[in-house]
Amino acid sequence: MKNWRTHLGLFLPLLAVAGIVLWPVITENVSSRESAFTILKAIALASSLNILLGYTGYVSFGHIVFYGFGGYVGLYFVNEQGWSIWAGMLVGGIASGLLAFLLGKAILRLRGAYFALATIGINEAMRAFINNFDLFGGPIGMTLNFSVYKAYGGAAKALGMSFYIMAGLTFAALIISHFVRTSKFGLGLQAIRENEDAAEVMGVVAPSAKTWAYVLSAIIPGMVGVLFFFKNGNVEPHVAFPLHSSIELLVMVMLGGQGTVLGPILGAFAYQGMRGYLVTSDIFKDIQLSVSGVVLLLIVLFIPTGAIGWLRHRVPPLRRVLA
Amino acid sequence: MQQFNLLLTSLPDGILLGFVYGVAAMGLTLIWGVMNVINLSHGPIIALGMFGTFILFINMGINPYIGLFLIAALGLLLGVLIYFVAVNRVINAPHLSSLLATFSVNMIIIGIGTAVFTTSPYNVDFNMGSFQLGSTIILGTRLIAALIAILFTGGLYLFLYRTRPGKFIRAVTNNRAAAELMGVPSTRILALSFGLGTMLAAVSGALIATFFPFSILSGSGYELKSFVIGVLGGLGNPIGALFGGLILGLLEGIVPAFLNTAWVPVIEFGLFVVILLIRPTGLFGAKR
Repeated sequence: MKNWRTHLGLFLPLLAVAGIVLWPVITENVSSRESAFTILKAIALASSLNILLGYTGYVSFGHIVFYGFGGYVGLYFVNEQGWSIWAGMLVGGIASGLLAFLLGKAILRLRGAYFALATIGINEAMRAFINNFDLFGGPIGMTLNFSVYKAYGGAAKALGMSFYIMAGLTFAALIISHFVRTSKFGLGLQAIRENEDAAEVMGVVAPSAKTWAYVLSAIIPGMVGVLFFFKNGNVEPHVAFPLHSSIELLVMVMLGGQGTVLGPILGAFAYQGMRGYLVTSDIFKDIQLSVSGVVLLLIVLFIPTGAIGWLRHRVPPLRRVLA
Repeated sequence: MQQFNLLLTSLPDGILLGFVYGVAAMGLTLIWGVMNVINLSHGPIIALGMFGTFILFINMGINPYIGLFLIAALGLLLGVLIYFVAVNRVINAPHLSSLLATFSVNMIIIGIGTAVFTTSPYNVDFNMGSFQLGSTIILGTRLIAALIAILFTGGLYLFLYRTRPGKFIRAVTNNRAAAELMGVPSTRILALSFGLGTMLAAVSGALIATFFPFSILSGSGYELKSFVIGVLGGLGNPIGALFGGLILGLLEGIVPAFLNTAWVPVIEFGLFVVILLIRPTGLFGAKR
C-alpha cells in the first residue's frame, strides 16, 4: 500500500504524455503528428535536464551538447556503417553518457554560475570541433542516404515509426525522472541542491552522485538526437548544437516547475503551444520572440517556482498527486 | 618563413581587435563582480550599439566617434532601465533566476530588433585610411577603435578609484551588506554598475560596427567572446578583462598562421573550459 502511494506522482505525467501520443493516432493527421513529435521531443529533453537542474540544482546552459553529440555519433553509425536505427540510438545514448561522465568528473567541481559558464563553453567548443571534424562531414554535416529508410518500409513508414520511438523515449525519460526522484539516490541529489556541504557531512558522496545525475540526464538527449536526425535525414553543426535551444529547455523546466516530474511536461507543452500560437498569429508573428521574453520575465520575477511549484504551495492537498 | 610573415601581418590586427573585445568583456565582468549576475542580454546590447552607429552615421550623418558619446549615454540609461525592470527583483535569488531574467531581456531586444532591422547583414561604410607598418597594413578605423578602447578602460579605472560613486561600487563589490551599513545606497549603486556594464557593451558594439559587417544576431558571438575574456582575466576584474581581450586578440592573430581559421573557436573555448577548471579566478586573479 505504501509502495503504491510513492508512485502516485507518476500517474498524471504518464496520463498527460499518453494523451499527447494518442492525439495524432486518433485524428490520423500527419501535421498533428509532427506537432506532437515536437512536443514529445521537448518533454523528453526537458525532463532529462530536470534531473540535473531540478533535483541536483546545477544549471546547465549547454545541455543540448548531449543531443547534438549523441545524434552525430549515432547517425554516423547508421549512415556510414549501415547499422539499424536501434543500434544507432543505443550507441548515441552511450556516447552521450560517456561524454557526460568524463565532463562531469571535471566540471562538476565548479559551482553556481561558473558551472553554467563551463557548460556554455563546452557546447561551443564541441560545435566548433565538429565543424572541423572531417569524419562527421565538417561544416556540411551528414546527409542520410535515402536507401537507409528502405529497411523500414520506405520513408513514410520510417517517419511514422520514429513517432512511436519518440513516444517510447519520452516515457522512458519520465520513468527515469520519477524513479530518480523517489529513490535514495535522488534524495541525496536533492540534499546537494539544498546545501552541498551539509549533504557531504550527512554522508552523500557528492562528486559521484552529481556525476551519475549528469550521466542520467545525458543519455536520453543523446538517443533523441539520433532519432531526430534520422527522421530529418541530415545533420549540420549549427542545427545540432543550438545554444538557444539549451536555454529554451531551461525555460520549459522553469515554466512548469523545476524538481517535479510533471513540471517539465507542462512547461514543454505550454512553451511549444505558446510558440506555435505566436509564430502563426497575425499580430505577434513579427515580435514573437519579444512576447515570449516578456512572458518568461514575468514568470521569473513573480512565480519563480513554476506552475507546479505554485500549485503545490497554494493547495497543499495536491502535493501527493502533483509530484 | 611564410608562416612567420603571415604571423607578422595578422598579429597587429589581432592586438587592435583585442582591445575592443576587452571593452565588451569589461562590461560583462563589471556586472558579474558587483552583483554576481551573468548578463545574458550582453550580446543584443552590443548589437544595439552597432545599430546605433549605423543609424547615427548613415541616417543622420554624424561622425561615428562623436556619435559614440550619445551611444554611451543611451547605453547607460538602457542598463539602468533593464536593472530596475528585470534584475532588481531577482538580485538575491538563485543564479538561475537572474540568468533567465537577463535572458528574457535578450529575447525581447532580439525580437524587437528582428522586427525593425530584420536579420540581414548591415554595413557601415566608414573609412579612416590605412598605413603601412613593416609588411602589414593597419586600418585607421581599427587603430582609432583600439585607442578609444584604451581611453575607456583608463576612464573606468579613474572612475572606480578616484570618484565617490566609483568607490561606492567597489565597496558594494567587496561586501554589499557592510556597504549598506556604512550608508551606501546599494540599489542605486547596483543600477549604476549595471548601466556602466551595458554602456561598455554598447560602446564596443559601436566600435566594432566601424570595421565589421553586422546583423541584429551578431551580438551573441561577441557575448561568447566576452565570457572567454572575462574568465581569462578573472570574472569580476574589469582591468583584467583588457588583458584577457589582448590574449584573445593575440590568439586570433597567431592561430590562423599555423592552423585553419576554423580551429580558432575550438582553441578559444577549449582554453576557456581549461582555465575555468584550473584557475576559476582567472589568470590575473579576481579582486574579491
